[in-house]
Amino acid sequence: MIRIQNLTKTYDRNTVVNDVSLTVDQGQIAALVGTSGSGKTTLLRMINRLVEPTSGQIHIGETDAATIPPHLLRRRIGYAIQGHGLFPHYTVGQNIAIVPQLLGWKPAEIAARVEELLHLFQLDPGQFRDRMPHQLSGGQQQRVGVARALAARPEVLLMDEPFGALDPVIRARAQADLREIQRRLGTTLVIVTHDMEEAVTLGDRIAVMDKGVLLQYGPPAEILTRPAAPFVEALIGKSERPFRLLSLTPIADIAEPGSAEGPALPPETSLRDALAECLWNGRDRLAVEGGGVVTLAALQARAEGAVR
Amino acid sequence: MNDPVRSPDITTSLPPQIRPPKTRSQPGFSRTGLLFLALGVAGLCLPLVQFKANRIVLGEGFLLPAALPDVGWAIALLLALILGTALWQRLPLMPRLGLALLGLAGTVLALGFAAKGLVPQGNTIARAAPAAGFWLLCLTFALMAADALSRMGLSRPARWLALGLSLALIALCLGSGVLDQTSVMVEYAARADLFRRSLGQHLTLAFGSLAMALVVGLPIGIAIFLTPALRRGVLGALNLLQTIPSLALFGIMIPIFGWIAANVPGAAQIGVAGIGIFPALMALFFYALLPVVSNTLVGLTAVDPAVRDAAFGLGLTRRQVLLQAELPLALSVILAAVRIVLVQNIGLAVIAGLIGGGGFGSFVFQGLNQTAMDLILLGALPTIMLALVAGVALDLLVEAVSPKKGNQT
Repeated sequence: MIRIQNLTKTYDRNTVVNDVSLTVDQGQIAALVGTSGSGKTTLLRMINRLVEPTSGQIHIGETDAATIPPHLLRRRIGYAIQGHGLFPHYTVGQNIAIVPQLLGWKPAEIAARVEELLHLFQLDPGQFRDRMPHQLSGGQQQRVGVARALAARPEVLLMDEPFGALDPVIRARAQADLREIQRRLGTTLVIVTHDMEEAVTLGDRIAVMDKGVLLQYGPPAEILTRPAAPFVEALIGKSERPFRLLSLTPIADIAEPGSAEGPALPPETSLRDALAECLWNGRDRLAVEGGGVVTLAALQARAEGAVR
Repeated sequence: MNDPVRSPDITTSLPPQIRPPKTRSQPGFSRTGLLFLALGVAGLCLPLVQFKANRIVLGEGFLLPAALPDVGWAIALLLALILGTALWQRLPLMPRLGLALLGLAGTVLALGFAAKGLVPQGNTIARAAPAAGFWLLCLTFALMAADALSRMGLSRPARWLALGLSLALIALCLGSGVLDQTSVMVEYAARADLFRRSLGQHLTLAFGSLAMALVVGLPIGIAIFLTPALRRGVLGALNLLQTIPSLALFGIMIPIFGWIAANVPGAAQIGVAGIGIFPALMALFFYALLPVVSNTLVGLTAVDPAVRDAAFGLGLTRRQVLLQAELPLALSVILAAVRIVLVQNIGLAVIAGLIGGGGFGSFVFQGLNQTAMDLILLGALPTIMLALVAGVALDLLVEAVSPKKGNQT
C-alpha cells in the first residue's frame, strides 16, 4: 500500500506538484495520467525519493518513507523507466541481479531468482542470461528492465512510461503480460503514462493530473462517465469515450439467456471487440461460449454510460 | 550470379540511379597506387646513401645503382616493378602486403650492403648515412603495407599479431647486423650502454608522468563531475597551463624547483631539483593533466541519463553509481586520454634532454650541438617508434573497451 498525503514539490517559486493526496491499495494498479509538465513523473519520483518532497508525507505500507535513507528505501521499491536504463556493460543476468546483490543475497539464491524471472518473462535463461543488452530487441530489453525492477520481490513497483519506446503491437502484448504478472505477484504498481488508452487498460484507478494538481482519482469507469473537470474530458477524447468504456467490461458480464447463430466468442472478450464483431458482420446478437448471447442493444446501452 | 549475357537488358532498363556502376568506364588503375608510384620513383631518383669522410662534413650522395656496383641496377628494377604493381587495382591484398614488405626489405638490405661496400674496412671515421632516397622509399613501402593492412579489415587479435610481427621484424633486421655499417648504427654501437639507459629514462619520463597524471587527474575529473560549480575554474587553470610553451615551462620551473630544493627541508632528499629528471617529469605531468581531467569529465557526463537514473532508482549509492556504472562506461573515453597523453609525452620527453632529464632527447641535443645528423637520428628514430607503437597499442585497447553500438529501440 502507498499512502500519499498533501505532497508538494516546489522549485524556486515554481510548484510542480501541488498538495496531492492519494492512496493505492495493496495489489492495485494506479495509473498517473497527464500531459507533459503535469507533474506526474515528479510525483512518481518522490515516492522513491529520487526527488525530495518540499512538504507532505509518503507511507509505503506502515513505513514513513522519510525515515529511511533514500538508497535503502529504493532497494525495497522496484523502478522501471522508459528506455529501460539497463547497464550496457552488464549481461542480462547481471542486470537482473543488481538489487539482490546490493541486498547481499547469497549467489545461489541470486542465480535461482534470475532464472525464475527470465522464465516469468518468457526469456529462455540458457539463451538470454549471458547476452548483453544491445543484443536484445526493444521488447526484450524492456522485459529485462521490468524483471530487474522485480528482482528483490518489492511490494511496490514504480514505472515511468515503461512502454513508451515500444511499437503498438509489442506494447499491447507487454501491457497484457505486465497485468498478468502483477496480478500473480500481488505487487502494488504505480505507472506514469501520457496515454489514456494505456491508463484505462492497466489501471484499477486512474489519477489525472494537470499543472501539478490532482484533478480526479477514481476507477476508469468513473473517470470516463463522470469526468470531474473539462481537462479530464478533453484527455479522454469525446470520440473515444464509448469505446474506452466498452473495453473495460467482458461480455460475460452482460450475457443474457438465449441463442444466436455464428461462432461463439470467448467470455473474456471485451464489449468493444463484441461491438466491432456486430458492426463488421452486420449482426445484432452474438453467441457466447458456454451459453448465452450478447445483443447489440445491450452493447449500445453500456456504451451510453450505464455504469456497471 | 550476374551474368551479363543471359540478362543483357536488365542494367540498361533500370533507372540510372540504381544501375550498377559500369566497371569499364572506371580508371583501370588505383589512384592511391599512382601516389605510391610517384613517391617511390622520386625515392629511386634521389641518393640512397650518403658517404661522408667523417661524421660532420657534408657527404657525397649515391643513387641505388651506383651504391651497389654489381646488383644495384637489378634491385632498382625490382623495386620499380613492385611500385608498378601498386597501380594494379585487382591485385589481392595479401600479395599486395607481401610485395610492400619485400620492397621494404629490399630497400633496407640495399642500404646495409651499400654502407658495407662504401666504408673501407677498418675505417672508423668515415660514415655511410641513409639519404633522402632511402627515407622516401621506406615511407612509400611502409604506406603501401599500411594501406593493404587497413583494407584487410583485420580482427583485433590479428592486429595485435601484426603489431608484434612488425616489431619482431624490426628487431631481426637490427639484430642481424645487416645495418651495422650505416651511420646511425655506428653511432649506436659507440653508445649502446648509454642508449639503453636513455631508453629507460625516456620510458620513465613518459609512463611516470602518465601515471602521475592519472593518480591526480582522475580524482580531479571525478570531483568536477560531481561538483559542476568547480568545472569552469579547474578547466580554465589547466587550459592555461597547457598553453605555456614547453621550453618556457622548463625555463620557469628551473628557478622555482631550484628554490624549493634549496629552501624547503627534505625537498632535495625526495628528488626535488631545478634541473634533471624531476622538473622534466613535472612538466610532462602538467601537460598530461588537462587531457586526463577533461576526458574523465566528458566520459562521465556522456553516460546515458537513463542508465544513471535507473542506477539511482534501483538503490545504488552515489559511490556505487560511480564505481559500477559511470566509470566503467567512461573507461573508453578515459583510455583515449591515456593514448593522447602517452603519445604526446613520448614526443615531449625529448625536450627533457635540454635540462639534463635524460632520455632520447640527450642524443638529439648532443647531435644538434655537434651538427651530427646521425646522432640526432639515433635519438629521433626510437622516439618515433615508441610513439607509433604506443599509439597503435592504445587504439586497440580503446577499441576493446568501447561500448558496443547496437539496438537502441
